[in-house]
Amino acid sequence: MSLMYRPTAAQQMKVVVGVKRVVDYSVKIRVKDNKVQTDNVKMSVNPFCEIALEEAVRLKEKKIATEVIAVTVGVKKADDVLRTAMALGCDKAIHIVVPDAEAATLEPLAVAKVLAKLHEELKPDLWILGKQAVDGDFGSTPQLLAGLIDAPQGTFASEIAVADGKVKVTREIDAGRQVVELNLPAVVAADLRLNQPRFPNLQSIMKARKKPVDTRAIDKLGVDTKPHLATVKVEEPAARKAGIKVKTVEELFDKLRNEAKVL
Amino acid sequence: MNRLLSRSVPMLCSAVPGLPAPCTTLTEDEKMLQSSVREFALQHVQPRVLKMDEAAKMDPVVIQEAFKAGLMGIETPADLQGSGMSFFGSILAIEQLARVDGATSVMIDVQNTLVNNIFFRYANAAQKAKYLPRLAQDTIGCFCLTEPSSGSDAFALKTRAEKKGDSYVLNGSKIFITNGGEANIFLVMATVDPSKGYKGITCFVVDSREQKGVSVGRLEHKLGIRASSTAELNFDNVVVPAENVISEVGKGYKIAIEILNEGRIGIASQMVGIAQGAMDATMPYLFQRKQFNTAIGDFQGMQFQYAQAAMEIHAARLMVYNAARKKDNGEAFVEDAAMAKLFASQVAERTASKCIEWMGGVGFTKEYHVERFYRDAKIGAIYEGTSNIQLHTLAKFVKDRYAQK
Repeated sequence: MSLMYRPTAAQQMKVVVGVKRVVDYSVKIRVKDNKVQTDNVKMSVNPFCEIALEEAVRLKEKKIATEVIAVTVGVKKADDVLRTAMALGCDKAIHIVVPDAEAATLEPLAVAKVLAKLHEELKPDLWILGKQAVDGDFGSTPQLLAGLIDAPQGTFASEIAVADGKVKVTREIDAGRQVVELNLPAVVAADLRLNQPRFPNLQSIMKARKKPVDTRAIDKLGVDTKPHLATVKVEEPAARKAGIKVKTVEELFDKLRNEAKVL
Repeated sequence: MNRLLSRSVPMLCSAVPGLPAPCTTLTEDEKMLQSSVREFALQHVQPRVLKMDEAAKMDPVVIQEAFKAGLMGIETPADLQGSGMSFFGSILAIEQLARVDGATSVMIDVQNTLVNNIFFRYANAAQKAKYLPRLAQDTIGCFCLTEPSSGSDAFALKTRAEKKGDSYVLNGSKIFITNGGEANIFLVMATVDPSKGYKGITCFVVDSREQKGVSVGRLEHKLGIRASSTAELNFDNVVVPAENVISEVGKGYKIAIEILNEGRIGIASQMVGIAQGAMDATMPYLFQRKQFNTAIGDFQGMQFQYAQAAMEIHAARLMVYNAARKKDNGEAFVEDAAMAKLFASQVAERTASKCIEWMGGVGFTKEYHVERFYRDAKIGAIYEGTSNIQLHTLAKFVKDRYAQK
């Protein structure tokens, strides 16, 4: 599906940032009954989404972006991440509310479809998402979104530069770094080294209260969010065994081949 | 006290409608402020804290960043370049800062709960418009009451303000003034007429960039909160226009007493932060350090002690939070404030002291931070009203409830 796109003038650049509310990265995760325990556990903005937000706000400060909108697809309580997003500098926010029971099974494809629906409505020039969420670690929503809206994608971004209706994305790949140039609208997935997020200063926390949040129920969007995956098992990783010291390269080779069986 | 009415304050909602919320409930904004200040403290203060304590000097970068983060005008309204939060917000900020550094915490405490607060409550519109934005954005202030011969007996102060035409000429010396080394705005208590006793005491605002004659004398070498400047200030024929009188001539006593009642809650919060910071620096170590094949934190002797400490910190925090909420609500809080400061300062000292013992030999070294919390805690029982003064105040409240009239 290809959307007719006319590049907006540089003065009107609209950026949308996807933000996810996840279990705080510092919490010690406990698993019970094949589920990660989330009751009374500290929730925060996904760290990669923080990086995405920071990049969008910086674009606004450099006067490249004129409007930054934060979007979250999540439970009712997730509006707190939108307040944080606005305290960091977003102009407004959209909250697609998902009932608690459904939220547990919401998959990246469903989220991407929701965001694609919003893309039709908002017509942004740039989407910036975190590369992955630290709870699901799927790392696929940005790519799925790009595919659905037929837009180019710059994933694992460690640097972006917007100019003349294009965005240059420096991607971190196994071989080093790759630079791609994408026509707008495009989807960028923020990686760790893209920037160091700020914490909101107190003045902006207060200003954020006046910014509008557009709240909508997910079922009103007319998007198919049916899950396709069934979770079979959730368990904590096996305890790490202590390592051993080897004396020779031959011994190393032997252990790698015969014990670890990786050669 | 109508700032509360002029600004919408979010309701503290409990999960059950109609039921008052627990005192530990925070609004969304307050939670954001709390985590924001925590991040600030970890990012900007923590890396510099050992050096600042050793050098007994606040790093200018910390001051700059504090202004940028909106920490120097927490309650100042947005139209005066402040952060527009409530007193409770200041209390949360002071606690989070003290968890990392008591000295940075007190710098921000004095700026917000004493200096800014005097302007909010007693200054006229012109004074607020002139000074509050600068205090919020780039200028440090200090509260000048104590003199060599007047500490607890504050109103025996000698600094003189002589009326000369449309101005007052200030002469005298103050000591132990927090922020004195970095401030440009001074709220000076001086007497216009010694024969009138406390009724002659007047509060003047002095800006050392406009009025000549203010100089910083010695900076004290202290046991604790070493990076906080504690200065002797000399006022030598400082000519101050009459428009720099805060409220009215003779109202300085009332201003000082009332503001210190409120500042007390700030200090109590600093003490809770220090106690918490000491625990934070100690507890993980207790489960890393093994002796006799056991984590030292698993010995029952240790368990009983740290359980006691956690309980006391919790109690102190509740007292601080409740006192702050009462103030924001316009309810009487003087007794609560005195109790909070008295108790919190005791808890901070006890906790930090125990933390050093729990850590053993390393607790006695500077790198492990705990000894600094112990030194910083001591001032809690002394400044902004000594513990004996708090007990004296509290006894009056208790007596009033029981004694036959």
